[in-house]
Amino acid sequence: MTDAASQSVLPVLGIMLPATGMLLMLLVGGRYVEWLALILLPAGLAVAAAIFAAVWREGHTLIYVVGGWQPPLGIALRADGLSAAMMLVTAVIICATGLFAGPQFSQPRGRPERRAPLVFWTLLLAIWAALNAVVVGADLFNLYVALELLTFAAVPLVALTGGTETIEAALRYLLFALLGSVSYLIGTVLLFAAYGTLDIALLSARVRPEPISWIAASLMTIGLIAKTALFPLHLWLPPAHAGAPAPGSAVLSALVVKGSFFLIVRLWFDAMPGLLNLAAAQLLAGLGAAAILLGSILALRQSRLKLLIAYSTVAQVGYLFLIFPLAGAASEPASSIAWTGGWLQLFSHAFAKAAMFMAAGLIAEALGHDRIAELGGIARRLPISTLAFALAGLSLMGVPPSGGFVAKWLLLLASVMQGQWWWAAVILLGGVLAGAYVLIVVGKALAPAGAAAAPTAPVSRRREVVALTVALGAVLLGLVPLQPSELLQIGRLDVHALAAR
Amino acid sequence: MTIFAACAALLMGLGLFGLITNPQPLRKIVAFNILGSGVFLLFGIVARRGAAAGVGADPVPQALVITGIVVAFAATAMAVALLLRLFADRGDTRLDHESAAGTESARDDCRPP
Repeated sequence: MTDAASQSVLPVLGIMLPATGMLLMLLVGGRYVEWLALILLPAGLAVAAAIFAAVWREGHTLIYVVGGWQPPLGIALRADGLSAAMMLVTAVIICATGLFAGPQFSQPRGRPERRAPLVFWTLLLAIWAALNAVVVGADLFNLYVALELLTFAAVPLVALTGGTETIEAALRYLLFALLGSVSYLIGTVLLFAAYGTLDIALLSARVRPEPISWIAASLMTIGLIAKTALFPLHLWLPPAHAGAPAPGSAVLSALVVKGSFFLIVRLWFDAMPGLLNLAAAQLLAGLGAAAILLGSILALRQSRLKLLIAYSTVAQVGYLFLIFPLAGAASEPASSIAWTGGWLQLFSHAFAKAAMFMAAGLIAEALGHDRIAELGGIARRLPISTLAFALAGLSLMGVPPSGGFVAKWLLLLASVMQGQWWWAAVILLGGVLAGAYVLIVVGKALAPAGAAAAPTAPVSRRREVVALTVALGAVLLGLVPLQPSELLQIGRLDVHALAAR
Repeated sequence: MTIFAACAALLMGLGLFGLITNPQPLRKIVAFNILGSGVFLLFGIVARRGAAAGVGADPVPQALVITGIVVAFAATAMAVALLLRLFADRGDTRLDHESAAGTESARDDCRPP
């Protein structure tokens, strides 16, 4: 933002392509939706890859000023290194989910038309458009709208199967989200009242540590925490993520909760860098640590596979919040290491959790239930899905070589380097607990089938391979070099220079 | 102006209280709308405060508040739709708090392709 930037139409293309596609889908209706998706998903992936390549090659931010109106009057879209990486991961996961969901949400010829496929594909593209808008938005109100779009696309996905429990879960999710959005909105209006702009780059220069900015920042953070499902506002997540159909759970857990987390980081690191002090950072990370421990312990106590995975999301989201004390402190290179570690945790969790939900969905499809105690023999019937689950589990535990290992190692390193050893203890304990809940499932799956084992339904081999590929993606992230990434620093404000000002 | 600000604060307080303490979803939705009205009033006050020479009010918060109202309306519509469906399915609209932390509540996801 302070350094060089180039004008580019790519950021707006990243939002408009899925948004236009979504509207087209509504227009063409049920029968052709899949074909449209088949064109749109690769196209969106290509745009994300182009943005990533452009930011990587040129080493600076891409900017699109909407309508040629410069901020503060107009709205800018900025794709910095972080946005580019987020967009690429989002595109890859969405495309994998599309491949996985293909057979489940297809419209067979000659049969009566179902509503679910149309709704699913439309919502998938809506989530994609909203996530891209969240990562390139450079104006707090614009981000509010993007965040609402994300919520409105995610809530119906929970209730897609139409069961009473899932509708209840969707309603609870929506109520939490509404509290979150209105809280964020109050913060926005307070900031506008105090500083007369909502553009992030302009705000970063104007915000001073005074009561009104503190109140605004707290309200916005509380709102975003409710949407990210950080402890203690996590109650809506497990029933919602466990109730959605498998591809829906994969997108919700892998990407949607990360959208609001991304905004918390934008807020504290980019919009109000002068405000992030020791107490605020320790409080956020303290909640994260509580989420890691509580989420893992609750995951251990679940008897259903999808709920176990959902509670594991609560725990893994907790790790992300360790970025605040570790990357916010002015002690190079530890803070850059933590910054990379935190984002790598986000990316590797996205891959691992998507793979886990896909594998769990296939297992539930084959067995007709997902009770962990009765998983015996499934490893023999569905070896590929079980392998996908186990590989994703390795990344959650933080076993090398996997993305989760590199992420947790970098966070661990940063916390030791800065003498904040208590976070290191939490990271290690969380890893052990994750190991326990993954091994419970894998152990049951490897056990021989019981005498009363029900016959299993056939499962598409293609979908199993998709789940395994996504899990391999989580492992391959472990090949990222163990050092602070320069890409993720592109376009970042010099936090410490500002804090010293 | 002070009266308006006090009004906005009162509405927000009432709405927030209702949203958190009321167990019934419909009342929560109504409370959310009261809370939202308070915030929109706050936008209006900010617009008035930002009035420059020759202009009655700062147009930016006014533009924002229109978007905010649309978003709140859409959110309310979706919440009411979910609520109606829940009522049609089950005959009541309680959000069971046992199932929030429950272990066996959510539905099996075992729909064949």
